[in-house]
Amino acid sequence: MKVGELIKNMKADVKVVGDLEKDVTGCYVSDLLSDVLANSKEGELWITHQSHPNVVAVASVRGLSGVVITGNREIEPETIKKAESEQVSIITSGGTTFEIVGAVYNLLKQ
Amino acid sequence: MTTEKALEGYFMLKGGVFQDAGAASKELKDALSSVGAPTQNIRRAAVAAFEAEMNVIIHAVAGSLSYVIKDGEVRITVTDMGPGIPDIDLAMKEGYTTAPKWAKDMGWGGGLGLPNIKRNCDNLKIDTKVGEGTTLDIVVKLHDDDEASGG
Repeated sequence: MKVGELIKNMKADVKVVGDLEKDVTGCYVSDLLSDVLANSKEGELWITHQSHPNVVAVASVRGLSGVVITGNREIEPETIKKAESEQVSIITSGGTTFEIVGAVYNLLKQ
Repeated sequence: MTTEKALEGYFMLKGGVFQDAGAASKELKDALSSVGAPTQNIRRAAVAAFEAEMNVIIHAVAGSLSYVIKDGEVRITVTDMGPGIPDIDLAMKEGYTTAPKWAKDMGWGGGLGLPNIKRNCDNLKIDTKVGEGTTLDIVVKLHDDDEASGG
């Protein structure tokens, strides 16, 4: 499933429109950036509570399909700017991480 | 894969200035793409470089990262001005960290930096002296054959 299609089917706000044609190959859930660097796989959608600019750099280096920032928080302007320049989709959602992961899981299993 | 002409890059890193972290790794990734290195090898080099960048930003006052792509490998040299690593074996242990709270709050400082670097390179040399600084010499091969190092 493409990122754009996945987002359309989720209760989420798109803060930065990156490459919406990227295939979502799976999902990675972690707030530890070194863990994501070490273990995430290309194309995975990253779900995290972190919202600082390093998140974009990690997503970009790993070739992730997008980042969902949970907890309904304000995204730092620096993060938005960086995501725009690196074409990384940033999505926010008011749901809990559990709810978001569940929704993504169900969509990807369809 | 052999590159005839060396491709090089140099970056200054300043302690605590995390906003631009990953810039060196990103440029390295693009440079490796431009010479046609295999995706898996590019990713390994970028991860190793990123962790090395973060180590300087988290622990040191200042430092630098440079890379040279030549003869089928990339050599990444990361050097900083202190504090140095008192016990390398301990620092290499997954989960051990001396990172400050601000770094942990950002999701760094999980004690995975040096182990991640080691796992994602083919040769790692650490020169360190407490009170003076640390230099990492990281080599990542750009051949796809054998998949010798896993990753």
